[in-house]
Amino acid sequence: MEYILKEPFSKEALREFRAGDQVRITGTIYTARDAAHKRITEMIAKGEEPPFEIEGSIIYYVGPTPAKPGNPIGSAGPTTSYRMDAYAPKLLDLGQLMMIGKGQRSPEVAEAALRNGAVYAAAIGGAAAVMARCVKSAEVIAFPDLGAEAVRRIYVEDLPVTIVLDTHGGNLYEEGRAAYLAQVKEEAK
Amino acid sequence: MRELDTAKISEAVASLCIEANHRLEESTKECISRRACQEDWAPAKAVLDIIEENIAIAEEGEFPLCQDTGMACVFIDLGQEVHLTGGLLEDAVNEGVRRGYTEGYLRKSIVADPLRRTNTGDNTPADLVVRMVAGDRVKITVAPKGFGSENMSQIRMLPPSAGQKGVEDFVVSVCEKAGANPCPPIVVGVGIGGNFNKSALLAKRALLTPLDQANPDSYYADMEERLLERINGLGIGPQGFGGRTTALKVSILCAPTHIAGLPVAVNINCHVSRHAEAVL
Repeated sequence: MEYILKEPFSKEALREFRAGDQVRITGTIYTARDAAHKRITEMIAKGEEPPFEIEGSIIYYVGPTPAKPGNPIGSAGPTTSYRMDAYAPKLLDLGQLMMIGKGQRSPEVAEAALRNGAVYAAAIGGAAAVMARCVKSAEVIAFPDLGAEAVRRIYVEDLPVTIVLDTHGGNLYEEGRAAYLAQVKEEAK
Repeated sequence: MRELDTAKISEAVASLCIEANHRLEESTKECISRRACQEDWAPAKAVLDIIEENIAIAEEGEFPLCQDTGMACVFIDLGQEVHLTGGLLEDAVNEGVRRGYTEGYLRKSIVADPLRRTNTGDNTPADLVVRMVAGDRVKITVAPKGFGSENMSQIRMLPPSAGQKGVEDFVVSVCEKAGANPCPPIVVGVGIGGNFNKSALLAKRALLTPLDQANPDSYYADMEERLLERINGLGIGPQGFGGRTTALKVSILCAPTHIAGLPVAVNINCHVSRHAEAVL
């Protein structure tokens, strides 16, 4: 199925999605990858305010290339998500709605997403120029010393993602492969 | 003795960094197009179509192919009859990387220390491999290497008794374990033989092989074909969503080894398998 997800984002809307669905996102989301996740979770542990409201947020795991003059951002495809696995359950428990990245997640992340009604979506790794064109504005809001890894507030239009972990326990990486192999087996009969 | 100013090497490296990050080699583009046509699993076909769209946008020069513009791996074949003037070769290569990544708006992804992790700010140092060859030319290949795929690479010191089957099983297991992480469809570089470090370097160099080129030794060319078929039989598919196209190519390089050893290194690259070369 194909869906459009627009602000204001809510957990209710996520319940419709199933693993394998394609969703185009329009609205304000945040970028954070390895170093930013480490700092954000440290701030939370110390009782400090994180750079953006975690509850209700969509976080895109990306470290873009520098923006050329006249562009809001450079190339902006997803980075591999498992490196955020150590930090993600904490943020999901605080109400994060969606993680966007690519690649497998740990059982702990899958469980945290499921108990909180959050989803994990994959953007296409290595299609960074396509994704860059969906970013209409970008602003560094925290950790500018981290360069590409700084936290940015970005406004995206029709950002294409595929649901990997849905709110019903579905997992595209398991189901997609199994379905394809079942079809191959069927054809061989 | 032909003299060559290392400033020319800096210039060439700078422009190759930018070129490699925006334009894939013809054989890579052709391979992706062919696979997109052959792929009959709808989600896989959809991914390959977007990858082709991405290649077309990047060629316009405004956006690099991938935001991970990589560690700059630079391979130089240095003719023995060339006398380099004007400074150290390594400095010249790093100057080229510095300029290419800064002027080309490429991402600076290198940290100075693996544990203290402060970014060097200009993507240096390069990973420089120099080989002395015959002649009076200098061949420079710049291969920006992303770490989503690099992190999925492995090396194994197999016992010689493992033989061909042991090698093939290991290569397939590395690709299966990597799953969706290295941005499939992947390109698989395999180094067999040498020693611990040599096998890894062979695997990395194997990734420079054009995708329409098989190993000249039919024994290894057959192994490349067999491995590609097994990896694509895993069903992981583009981006791990399922499908036929898990790998675009397996390239093998090998070297003499010790009577007690059978080192095998598997270096995985994503579909953005970048390299550009120039001869000075």
